[in-house]
Amino acid sequence: MKIDKNTINKIARLSRIKLDDKESEDYIKDLNSILDWVEQLNEVNTENVEPLSNISSSILPKREDVSKDTNSSEEILENAPDKLEGFFVVPKVVE
Amino acid sequence: MSKSSLKQTLKDLDTKKISIRELNQDYLKRIKENENLNVFIHFSEENVLKQIDNLEKDNSAKKLKGIPIAIKDLFCTKSMPTTAASKILENFNPTYESFVTQKLLDEGSIFVGKTNLDEFAMGSATNTSFFGNTINPLSQENEPLAPGGSSGGSAAAVAADLCLGATGTDTGGSIRQPASFCGVVGIKPTYGLCSRWGIAAFASSLDQAGIFSHNVEDASILLQSIAGFDQRDSTSAKVDIPNYFEDLDDDLNGKTVGIPKEYSIDGTPMEISQIWEDAIKVLEKKGVKIKNISLPHTKYALPTYYIIAPAEASSNLARYDGVKYGFRSDEIDSLDEMYENTRAQGFGREVKRRILIGTYVLSAGYYDAYYLKAQKVRKLIADDFNKAFKECDFIVTPTAPSAAFPLNEKQNDPIKMYLNDVFTVPASLAGLPGISIPFGKDQNNLPLGIQILGKHFDEQQVFNAAVSLERSYE
Repeated sequence: MKIDKNTINKIARLSRIKLDDKESEDYIKDLNSILDWVEQLNEVNTENVEPLSNISSSILPKREDVSKDTNSSEEILENAPDKLEGFFVVPKVVE
Repeated sequence: MSKSSLKQTLKDLDTKKISIRELNQDYLKRIKENENLNVFIHFSEENVLKQIDNLEKDNSAKKLKGIPIAIKDLFCTKSMPTTAASKILENFNPTYESFVTQKLLDEGSIFVGKTNLDEFAMGSATNTSFFGNTINPLSQENEPLAPGGSSGGSAAAVAADLCLGATGTDTGGSIRQPASFCGVVGIKPTYGLCSRWGIAAFASSLDQAGIFSHNVEDASILLQSIAGFDQRDSTSAKVDIPNYFEDLDDDLNGKTVGIPKEYSIDGTPMEISQIWEDAIKVLEKKGVKIKNISLPHTKYALPTYYIIAPAEASSNLARYDGVKYGFRSDEIDSLDEMYENTRAQGFGREVKRRILIGTYVLSAGYYDAYYLKAQKVRKLIADDFNKAFKECDFIVTPTAPSAAFPLNEKQNDPIKMYLNDVFTVPASLAGLPGISIPFGKDQNNLPLGIQILGKHFDEQQVFNAAVSLERSYE
């Protein structure tokens, strides 16, 4: 088994998602079955194969290097759950 | 129910046989009659009437003036909220317009509403939405069917004739599979043809916008409207967009179609093998050369996809943290608590599952074994297609391994649900354009779909083959 209780807790922590015990158990089961299933990729010989990260066949165009003023802080803050004087507000992070 | 086409409606509007108001009143009426299907996450009659008012005052000629279009609720729209079908964006009102929807607005189309989808486009049945399931309009009473997914709301909106076209997004089959389930046309163009600016990101090396419509001609008109270069999406391609509609040509004489043997999969229902054979026979009659081709890495496409897509999703969805927009949990004793509770309460089960698996395959010690390995297999899959397209002009396969299944079936087994995308995922990994058109029915009279794949940026060939098959079937 690749994913145990410790691993799921570690991944959940990295993902910043709180899981309760019941959820942890369900995800341990799900993730193990998915990982077992993707194991079949090990059958494929990928020696000397370049990993493909960009599928686009088009050449990426360059843009002109000019600055643009897009100061839209008011718009950006419009959907903020909590804001104050032009800033996002979050719980206190320094004691 | 006789559905008018976009092409015919444009003529009727032009000759004043019908007014923009009359046309849209008709659609509003049907939308209200079909509320039980739960097609829309956001619908406001007032908003539609306001758009009609504005267009009536506008004397300029516009290509899609007055045409009712439904928008998948993954595209940011200024005039309507955008949720991605997630609680975490429940109250999100974009202050900007996505590239694709802006293009449609510039052409004068009317947005009838925002359609339901799987949460963040993760699913194949539109059953992971925070706003409930969408019901396939072709369902019999007492036996609701899934519309497919993730763009199930858009496919259902076209199938129930609640609009003349709809936008969708396709990462592994999210346009083509629901099109097949709902008996409509759905096209996913080449990766890079349409800018994703303003579309909530799922898996950035795969996501692409596309179109649902009643027929292939309409799809060709609408795709041309939403395609084009945009410097705000760094993967947007600077290519000339042909006039797909004007250049439609159903004469396929002398063309070669590739038939991949690996798409004959054990357990595929007879009916699906049958429509595939029927389509090949039709093409043969039209003078198309039939070429048996091999795409040897096909069986590895799904596991490759289910490493790459969640990996990218785990990174893309990191932005939903309760700070800048969207939902924030009330339990916020510390910053980390705020993140963890916001994301725990804001995301649904499937989204969390994919974030967790994506985080795992990218984490230290596992990156090479999973993510890098998958990227290498992806290269082999793309190479298979490159080789195949040296011998053929387009490829024909079934779209999905089944017709629409009952709502909530396969819910508890993620892998079984993932298998829905078996015929659509390989082309997604290779970035190729693909269309699904209705072709034949199963024994329960449910529609089945045929998929046509083309070379990069050869949407014209895809449309030509599709219109040819469609016309022979009508």
